[in-house]
Amino acid sequence: MLRLAKKLGGEAAFYAAVITLVVFAAFPFYWMLITTFKADGDLYNLKSTPYWFNTAPTLEHIKYLFSDTLFVQWLMNSALIGLCVVAITLLVALPAGYSLARMPGRGAETLGIGIFLTYLVPPTLLFLPLSRVVTQLGLQDSLWSLVVIYPTFTIPFCTWLLMGFFKSVPREIEEAAIVDGCTVMGAFVKTVLPLSLPAILTVVIFAFTLTMQEFVYALTFISSSEEKPVTLGVATDLIRGDVFYWGELMGAALIASIPVAIAYNLFLDRFIGGITGGAVK
Amino acid sequence: MATVNTKEIRKQFGDVVAVDGISLAASDGEFLVLLGPSGCGKTTLLRIISGLEKPTSGEVLIDGQVVNDLPPRARGIAMVFQSYGLYPHLTVWNNIAFPLKTQGVRRDEIKRKVEWASSLLGINRLAQRRPRQLSGGERQRVALARALVRDPTVFLLDEPLSNLDAKLRASARSELKQFQRTVRTATIYVTHDQVEAMGMGDRIAVIDHGKLRQVGTPAEIYDNPADEFVATFLGTPPMNLVERDGGSMGFRPENFLPKELLNGTPVVEFPFRIERIEYLGSEHILYGALDGRVAKREVTAKLPAHATLNGISPGAWHEFAVRETELRYFNRDGRRTGRP
Amino acid sequence: MTTIAFDAPRPKTRFLLDRAELVGPLFIAPAIIYVFVLVALPFCLAIYYSVSAYTIFDPNYRFVGLKNFVDVTHSEIFRRTLVNTLVFTIGAQIIGLLLGKIGAMLLMQEFHGRGIARALVVLPWAVPISLATIAWLWMFDSLYSVINWTLIAAGLIDAANRPQWLGQEDLAMIAVVVVHAWRLFPFGVVIFLAGFTSVPQDVLDAATVDGAGFWRRNYQIILPIIAPIVLIALIFGTVFTFTDLSVVYLLTKGGPINSTQVLGTYAFQVGILSGDVAHGAAICLFLFPFLLIAVILLLRSLRRREI
Repeated sequence: MLRLAKKLGGEAAFYAAVITLVVFAAFPFYWMLITTFKADGDLYNLKSTPYWFNTAPTLEHIKYLFSDTLFVQWLMNSALIGLCVVAITLLVALPAGYSLARMPGRGAETLGIGIFLTYLVPPTLLFLPLSRVVTQLGLQDSLWSLVVIYPTFTIPFCTWLLMGFFKSVPREIEEAAIVDGCTVMGAFVKTVLPLSLPAILTVVIFAFTLTMQEFVYALTFISSSEEKPVTLGVATDLIRGDVFYWGELMGAALIASIPVAIAYNLFLDRFIGGITGGAVK
Repeated sequence: MATVNTKEIRKQFGDVVAVDGISLAASDGEFLVLLGPSGCGKTTLLRIISGLEKPTSGEVLIDGQVVNDLPPRARGIAMVFQSYGLYPHLTVWNNIAFPLKTQGVRRDEIKRKVEWASSLLGINRLAQRRPRQLSGGERQRVALARALVRDPTVFLLDEPLSNLDAKLRASARSELKQFQRTVRTATIYVTHDQVEAMGMGDRIAVIDHGKLRQVGTPAEIYDNPADEFVATFLGTPPMNLVERDGGSMGFRPENFLPKELLNGTPVVEFPFRIERIEYLGSEHILYGALDGRVAKREVTAKLPAHATLNGISPGAWHEFAVRETELRYFNRDGRRTGRP
Repeated sequence: MTTIAFDAPRPKTRFLLDRAELVGPLFIAPAIIYVFVLVALPFCLAIYYSVSAYTIFDPNYRFVGLKNFVDVTHSEIFRRTLVNTLVFTIGAQIIGLLLGKIGAMLLMQEFHGRGIARALVVLPWAVPISLATIAWLWMFDSLYSVINWTLIAAGLIDAANRPQWLGQEDLAMIAVVVVHAWRLFPFGVVIFLAGFTSVPQDVLDAATVDGAGFWRRNYQIILPIIAPIVLIALIFGTVFTFTDLSVVYLLTKGGPINSTQVLGTYAFQVGILSGDVAHGAAICLFLFPFLLIAVILLLRSLRRREI
């Protein structure tokens, strides 16, 4: 009897701990959700319970967001930047990762780690000189500056990810292709790449989410509202004077967060494999 | 009184019955082998005895005491795992000392015991190495030393030789057996390799699909198998089984010889058509078919190398025979019966 | 039928793309060039600017030696900034690590809804940092903070004395640390989970048989074995926190009165907002020695895993 009580008590404590943790992690998003659909009257009312709707939920914030702000433009900007950065990243990281995976000797290890380390160099160290570079290139205040700069952090990590992956592909397949008449590059394109679709997909998702999450470079290089990606636009432009339009703000934050959150969750195991995978045998 | 006793142990994982009512006893100093194919439940049974798993029903007794509710460390057992389970971040010395540290043994006592166990297994010089720097054989010895320091009532070994390469296995096998003879502790050893079982076990328990098929000395199991499973599991090539009266009749390949080599004893004759011959250096294996009889698989005969193969060649018929005393009969359920 | 061209003279360029020694470097060149031009060069540029008197208003290059660094270190604000950055980093890391470990231990167990729990726990890390921070901005609002509302409703606080989470010095630092820890801990959870599952079951069983109880197994066996992975994650996390700009910028912009100013935001304020590139660069470079230490530690722990 005592054992049963102990067991139940233990389970209750366990679930309490889990729920506490989950609430801590997810509450801000619940808050985003509720705020988005709350009417202004309900939202800015100190007397009402904030945790649930006191008046009927409304779509007015969402409508305002899509009609009276540049939100859609920002989403499109982010999408465009994302697509271009992913393309550049793939173009550069795929061959680089492959080359490092097949390079004989310890040079590959060193070079690989060297490239990986650049991922650690923070934007807050480079943003100042890069802002001068961007101005020299005539790209200031344009989203193309971001298209050029963002690959500096997607390429290192994706190269590392792909290097780890390519190492696990047996050489026999390329060697068979070479014997059958391909050049080294041909063998790579025709045999290794088709086998690498899962890894390529991971790289695409990872590069895209990294791009979508970035803030510092965007803040530094871009000031015109039309050029802003969504992470910057939402943070700076949805404030009129000193007044925060919280309903719209939260709606924007929510909508912009959803794709990244979903993508991340689906590919989480692979990302972690990427960080530890290069170092795990 | 047996050192280890299992009474009607049953283990179910959802709908799957892994162990189906096994009762076994291992006496003091005995080397008992649990033998069976992969997935037959032998490892599960071992883990239940160790306390790492709880049985769905049934009792485990160690030294006469029911230990079902005791954790592994209170059962007086020591275990060696398939991959040895050595602590990768500790030196060999600390690996061996670990079980003593958890019991709060005094430092000088720990030192004495670790050195004693290391000496017994000849690994004193490895004390400061890490597991990753050791060979497979050395790792096994460290695992044994770690098991030894606890002065257990029974050793439980889970296929410890299966990760070694073939050459190493033979010497590791004899080392293990030597070790057990020296310490004289009851040992339960799980394996799927019947050569290992025959070579090492004082008694062998043959298990299939969670059920105990037979327990006995190697000789008993080999010469008097209790059913068709045991008969065909032991022996390479396996016992020949030929259909007869709804059941079967069996004879081992080494007893299936050209008629002229068996003069003077009562025999049963079988015309044998040889399809192919394998020369293995120490013996010949002949594969073929019997005339007028249905066999479950290719019939084999094992002849020693020095036997002459007059007139025996692929495609030819020859009169082969088996001594009556070597024939085994099985009924339609596969169980052994006497001579009908 | 293919013929083997023994007799025809072979031009040197014919089998160019077959030669691995050429294709290898060719493949890796774009990555190296990209990284060099946009990471190494700007870094050198930062050093270049930091020893000059370059501002947006006076873009002439004049070498001034270490004057900027001296100026910066003499600044009260800068010293406050440095302290803040350290406090903020250490605080967030400790909380993040603790929550990460606890979270991983909880999520290791099988229970109903584990998948959903894991997906929700990952959210703070997954979502863009600026958007998540804005949600917290709203949660800390001076009037409508839901946290304050809850505390008042629970009777723990007087409505007249509601805490200004972003307006009072100590509270602001706490708020910033909490948001950063919130953002970090899912990463910790995932790393610890990966570590826990990488320990071979045999080793855990052996520890159980050897008499190690729950805590001993955790601290003497599991933790030492996963230490390398955890260390790598810790180094990453620390670098991200130490060099972060977004959280502080969006929540407090460094205020109130520089009590939450960190190196990143201060560099932004001086270098971009005020246009003083030279001093801004000097501030940025204070990040570098820290980064160097982190890199060296990372390399050493990577090497240890290799063995």
